[in-house]
Amino acid sequence: MSWFSQRAKWISPTKLRELGILGMNSRNIDYIGRNNDRSRYPLVDNKLKTKQVAEQHGMSVPKLFGVVSIQREVQDLERILEGIDKFVIKPAQGSGGKGILVITERRGDEFIKSTGAVLDYRDVKRHASNILSGLYSLGGRPDVAMIEDMIDFDQMLINYSHEGVPDIRVIVYHGFPVMAMMRCSTHASDGKANLHQGAVGVGIDIVNGRSLYAVQNNIKVDRHPDTGYRFDELALPHWDQVLKLSSGCYEMTGLGYFGADIVLDKNKGPVVLELNARPGLAIQIANQTGLAKRLQKIDEQPSNELSVEQRVSFAQQMFG
Amino acid sequence: MRVSSKLQISLVAGILIALGLGLTLYKKIELGFPLLPGQRQAVWTLESKISFKPVGGPVEISLALPEPEAGWVVLDEHFASSGFGFSTQEEQGERYAKWDRQSLDRTTTLYYKLEIYHAGQFDLGASPIPEIIPPELTPDRLAAMERVVASLRQGASDSTSFTALLLLQLVQGQMDQDTAFLFGDREESRLSVVMDVLAFAGIPAQPVKGIFLEDGRRRQQMDTLVEIYDGNHWQVFDSKTAQPGLPDNFFVWQRGDRSVLDVVGGKSSQLEFAIVENTLPIKTVLFMEQQVKERLLLDFSIYSLPVEQQGVFKGLLLIPVGALVVVLLRLLVGVRTSGTFMPILIALAFIQTTLLTGLVIFLTVVGAGLWIRFYLSRLNLLLVARITAVVIVVILLMAALSIISYKLGFDQLLTVTFLPTIILAWTIERMSILWEEEGGHEVLIQGSGSLLAAVLAYLLMSVDLIEHLTFNFPELMISLLGVVLLLGKYNGYRLVELYRFRDLGNPEQ
Repeated sequence: MSWFSQRAKWISPTKLRELGILGMNSRNIDYIGRNNDRSRYPLVDNKLKTKQVAEQHGMSVPKLFGVVSIQREVQDLERILEGIDKFVIKPAQGSGGKGILVITERRGDEFIKSTGAVLDYRDVKRHASNILSGLYSLGGRPDVAMIEDMIDFDQMLINYSHEGVPDIRVIVYHGFPVMAMMRCSTHASDGKANLHQGAVGVGIDIVNGRSLYAVQNNIKVDRHPDTGYRFDELALPHWDQVLKLSSGCYEMTGLGYFGADIVLDKNKGPVVLELNARPGLAIQIANQTGLAKRLQKIDEQPSNELSVEQRVSFAQQMFG
Repeated sequence: MRVSSKLQISLVAGILIALGLGLTLYKKIELGFPLLPGQRQAVWTLESKISFKPVGGPVEISLALPEPEAGWVVLDEHFASSGFGFSTQEEQGERYAKWDRQSLDRTTTLYYKLEIYHAGQFDLGASPIPEIIPPELTPDRLAAMERVVASLRQGASDSTSFTALLLLQLVQGQMDQDTAFLFGDREESRLSVVMDVLAFAGIPAQPVKGIFLEDGRRRQQMDTLVEIYDGNHWQVFDSKTAQPGLPDNFFVWQRGDRSVLDVVGGKSSQLEFAIVENTLPIKTVLFMEQQVKERLLLDFSIYSLPVEQQGVFKGLLLIPVGALVVVLLRLLVGVRTSGTFMPILIALAFIQTTLLTGLVIFLTVVGAGLWIRFYLSRLNLLLVARITAVVIVVILLMAALSIISYKLGFDQLLTVTFLPTIILAWTIERMSILWEEEGGHEVLIQGSGSLLAAVLAYLLMSVDLIEHLTFNFPELMISLLGVVLLLGKYNGYRLVELYRFRDLGNPEQ
């Protein structure tokens, strides 16, 4: 038996069930299908709507400088950008991080991109115009361009990411944060934070924000392949706030099961970047733990109206 | 709530499955539909088209109907006669269809359609021996005729070899002066001269009219064979090849001299045939034959539809089977396909092109299309323009492939036209969007997933038994619906998840 398990290429369904691993079919039927009202999807699929609702609920989000929604308004960019040195222009319904223009510095009418390239107003306007025509959106749908504050990433996140945006994914079920991971972009993942593209997934302890396990392409790793930082030294600051922020999105969206993508700003602390109504299952590999057994524990709870703080501390007791 | 929803689905699914199986069993036991396909039999659909121009006044059309002979069996016949009075009559042992109408002012077409199959190879049966009427000839032709008959008699021992020799001379074009004089250059009159020669030689003979059956032929004309009586039995000759015996694919319409089509009150009348071959299981054919007289029982089956529509349904009824394959692969195995229906549509296209050719064409066109699509996307075109451009490029590619393959002599590649353009264009568009959003890896996964599903669906759809069952027992689809409903509630693991989460049991690896 030990020989078998050591060289196993497959795991038996019984073993998976014992470990409480959530499968795709069960996720779709038992959690997404049962708890997520389809009418709430546009709220999370459109980053602008997410941001507006988040602001109404007093959640921390990157500051919105302005929105360009029709081609004529592209001319207003000069007025919107007056006195702003650092900003990001991105499509509200972009996918896979496409069409995000990050300006880190400004010299008069010259804009310096994160890569160091220098742009002028015409380039910035053309980018906004391309976003409106749907160049970066899923299926080419017409879109709107959002201009928002650039995030000054917390050093901890910078240490563990390469060429991309590092973020923290928290799965929230009925308002309880049930599992978390940090997604570290790598050179192999081309700066993307998707695990199946080669990013490193780091399971995060719900109790204290420290790393539990790190995995890249299904193989355990000890150090970030590009920056060399050790994962066992990873401890996310403002951890309780991260959990409270994610948990608070439950009231905001009305979704029973979702993933909150959070980044840490050097000055502002945790900020909600976007929400996902169909979060993936790879988080279980990063945590080496099954989601299903945690979700079942939540289901077993009497449905009392708990505050965000109560839910977070409950989760920390339960899933420590 | 949770239990009741699951129970509800199980209940509905159970009822559906039982209903489908019950109807199938009823059809099998009570109506005798065959459950297994068994051997197959070619069934021909002959569509006779009578067209003519009216000349004013009452119109009367009479068409001699075939009496099946030589092992042919008529399964079914239909007449289309809108606006005409119609009846079938028997005259001197022969059946006629008669259409009439008081007045008519435009060119008109009438249809008579029949379904036939060849139950076995037999010779033509007995036929009244016609009276020999010696031809009336001008003196110079009479002299030529005498010499021709005399020379043929020299080379032939009996009437059979006499006829064979005569026809052979005509076919090979080796005619002496006399023969050439008699027959002249006019092809059309050749047959009547042959009859004249045979009559002059005192051999009882008659024309045999009928149709050479060839799948997919349109505007086929009636052909005529020659039949002689050698004193004991009738012997048929194919006047085109001079071979004795009835050709296998010749459907005899009428024996003898009477006309097949008479049109009173019309001119430029024409009789043409369209021919389609269908291969059906023998049991089904026999069953249909048995039921021709008790049509009521069959009225609710697909067999009550015209043959062309039956063909369409044959394809449509296979779609649920393909869909089941895709559902199984996606929910139980976890194969990622791009869309649910694309694999099914590709599989349907494969049925037309055959698998290997289909795969080659598909990969070539999609590969080339993707490459072009990448160039187009670098140009920053808007979506609609981009897709349209891809469609145009796909059509050009298909045209190029057809022409090149035709020039090179690969007829198979001509079936490229069976791959629906829109599916190809759509595949290319989807794949390229996927490429940009998820990377080439994902394209490879979903692309090969779709092809795998398509190939499996194709393999299943081309099994004789499956085709037979879906076509003869469409109520099985109700059961299939039940199964799919059950699958929709399957929340267990997928096969690929057993691999994906393989290391979770032992975290130290």
